[in-house]
Amino acid sequence: MTAQTDHRRDDQSMVPPAEFRSYYGLPVIKAPLWRAPDVPGYLFLGGLAGASSVLAAASGLSGRPELARAAKTAAAGAISLSVVALVRDLGRPKRFLNMLRVFKPTSPMSIGSWLIATYGPAAGVAALSAVTGKLPRVGRAATAAAAALGPAMAAYTAALLADTAVPAWHDGYRELPYVFVGSAATAAGGLGLVMVRPERAEPARNLALIGAAAELVARSRLTQRLGPGGQPYRSGVAGRLMEAAEVLIAGGLATMASGSRNAGVVKTTGVALVTASALTRFGIFHAGRESARDPKYTVEPQRNRRDQRRGGAVDAVL
Amino acid sequence: MSTDTDTRAGGLDPAARSGYAAPPPRMGFFTDTSVCIGCKACEVACKEWNAVPEDGLDLTGMSYDNTGELSADTWRHVAFIEQIERPGAPRWLMSSDVCKHCTEAGCLDVCPTGALMRTEFGTVVIQDDVCNGCGYCVPACPFGVITRRETDGGAHKCTLCYDRISDGQIPACAMACPTESIQFGPLDELRERARARLDTLEEAGVDGARLYGADPSDGVGGAGAFFLLLDEPERYGLPPDPVVATRDLPRMWRHVAVAAAALAVGGLLSGIRGRS
Repeated sequence: MTAQTDHRRDDQSMVPPAEFRSYYGLPVIKAPLWRAPDVPGYLFLGGLAGASSVLAAASGLSGRPELARAAKTAAAGAISLSVVALVRDLGRPKRFLNMLRVFKPTSPMSIGSWLIATYGPAAGVAALSAVTGKLPRVGRAATAAAAALGPAMAAYTAALLADTAVPAWHDGYRELPYVFVGSAATAAGGLGLVMVRPERAEPARNLALIGAAAELVARSRLTQRLGPGGQPYRSGVAGRLMEAAEVLIAGGLATMASGSRNAGVVKTTGVALVTASALTRFGIFHAGRESARDPKYTVEPQRNRRDQRRGGAVDAVL
Repeated sequence: MSTDTDTRAGGLDPAARSGYAAPPPRMGFFTDTSVCIGCKACEVACKEWNAVPEDGLDLTGMSYDNTGELSADTWRHVAFIEQIERPGAPRWLMSSDVCKHCTEAGCLDVCPTGALMRTEFGTVVIQDDVCNGCGYCVPACPFGVITRRETDGGAHKCTLCYDRISDGQIPACAMACPTESIQFGPLDELRERARARLDTLEEAGVDGARLYGADPSDGVGGAGAFFLLLDEPERYGLPPDPVVATRDLPRMWRHVAVAAAALAVGGLLSGIRGRS
């Protein structure tokens, strides 16, 4: 009468007993409720904004006002959109200000809220001053503040994802910050190439080159070190997104290395790099969700850890 | 009220570490699954007392478990595992799962609003009037206890009947349990009782009995709600060796700081003019 219920799932009856048996194949942890495109979009836009603020400062300091203005506009636009994405994703959007009720270093989301609350206005003022030409001293101070906070804005989201029980995110905490800042630099540089004529966009090109190279290196280290736990980054929707991003980055690197100054080529490269950065964030987002949904990513590493602690002995009960 | 910023272990009572001057004894659950009969009275009593909404009236088709999992609308969940394949000794495992009220609680650590708080009893409670539904506690829990309620957008979970125990009552699930599979009391007493029960079962030749969540040196600093199981934790849908993610947070922040510094330096260098 009840026999067949226990055999409904393959892992209940088909796997050898040495492997773990889950509870009817159900997930152990809860996958994040965060929605796409809001949250991966936020990761992308926050990175784009943060790195653009650094690019703006670098361009201003090196006497390239046109690129500086473009980067400031990009930063202000991106951070504004990202806040909309964040608030939209709350279960109770009207209470978004509760984020600033406490300051908690144990919560990357709390730190992030305070970052946005300080970085956002700085980026906004810097852009307003640059576009209108008004209040240049205030504009310079805001530009400096945004450039100082921008990198934190681009990097903290790695801790936001990693400080969870989601295996593909948490286990990647050593590499994700570098992937994220690389991806942010790729996006900011790419957008600079789109917005400003090639001969005036040298810093954008440099930033995109550094970012793209860094992102590729950090990504391969991430999936290599995770081993079987890195599978969610290689398979399914996440795998396709990550792969597409890699192709676009490699293509972008190749055209930048060719040194082409053809405006069409450079702008296409810029679009490809911005797209690649977004795809990377969406890929990482989906990989995390997949790793939460399949209990093997939660259970197997934990079993191994426990067995190693017991001196490699197999669980006495088995 | 307290808004913890650090729930790290260290042998101290979590309520004391959260700033309560003279907290009462830490209270908890000991769920002895060896005497659970799968009646689901705990599920019903919990829903009735806490006015937890309906969580779906579907048949899962996998077992007598038509509840499925813990969630915003399910604060006690009875798992059913029919082990007819065991040679010579078929058995039917039942276990009433609940929020673990961890000593090092990931949900509490990551909550950005302070909605999640530690009570004077050492339990972990969500303040519904503060929660803004950010959902961060959901993937932060290594046991998959919390979700967001569709109807109100807020996160919800077991409160260990904060209202009842504040008034000297025992939680609704423990009150309703007909076999005393769910026991409520001071955590120290419960741990002693559980060890004695484990000894009894081992002497009686029950194989596979083990305590789960009773060890203060485990990855969550010990659970305030712990279990006596008869098989591997993962068989019941529990993680075999959960570790609160926040333990690695200092290292995460260091990597974030290095990465951010690299972006700042790389960004500023990108402005340097080439020789051409």
